[in-house]
Amino acid sequence: MYQPPGGIAPSLTAVLKITREHVDAIIAHAREDHPDEACGVIVGSEGTDVPTRLVRMINADRSPTFFRFDPQEQFELYKTMSAAGEEIVVVYHSHTSTEAYPSRTDISLASEPQAHYVLVSTADSGAADRPVSVRSFRIVDGVVTEEEIDVTE
Amino acid sequence: MSVEVRIPTILRTFTGGAKAVHGNGATLQQVLDDIEARNPGLKDRIVEAETLRRFVNVYVNDEDVRFTGGLNAPTADGDVVVVLPAVAGG
Repeated sequence: MYQPPGGIAPSLTAVLKITREHVDAIIAHAREDHPDEACGVIVGSEGTDVPTRLVRMINADRSPTFFRFDPQEQFELYKTMSAAGEEIVVVYHSHTSTEAYPSRTDISLASEPQAHYVLVSTADSGAADRPVSVRSFRIVDGVVTEEEIDVTE
Repeated sequence: MSVEVRIPTILRTFTGGAKAVHGNGATLQQVLDDIEARNPGLKDRIVEAETLRRFVNVYVNDEDVRFTGGLNAPTADGDVVVVLPAVAGG
């Protein structure tokens, strides 16, 4: 069971460790879907806090200002994770005209307290192969805490 | 036999950490009322003004209840109810 900061389970850290390959895949997805928001997850074995398998999700809203996982696709993801003993380790999505920081809507709807929320902003790059901003946060009970991203090769 | 209700991480504060709880009822509404009696506060996070909350998805077996009657969706012994908060934002 998740507990707020102070009682964080030992497997949770204030750093997101993520592979270069996964970061590149998130950025590629964000560029492809620009100007709409792109979204997806990286799942990993329950309790390990290690993101291993990236799954692109459909933004059912196909919107430049909003995202929502398609409910049927999210249910399929749940079943796969449940059978494999996995959970969501990273929830990622893009902002296409604002900075890579959780919006009010992101904060009020955040419902995966064990997850790292990774935001990528394509506001400056658009769909082009130019630098983008990538940041990671915990969002628990309406409180946003930025964390370091430790990119491994 | 009863209906198994799978609880998402964020709502396990209402179930003492349990990943699943059991309840009885012939409809989703009745099952939620039944489990609420032992897990106070849980129902409020799933239901608002007598309808399912907009950003909570509920499935009975493999069916999204929005297409099978919402809170009136039928349930039977052995059914599995899955509660999944929508992953969404702006």
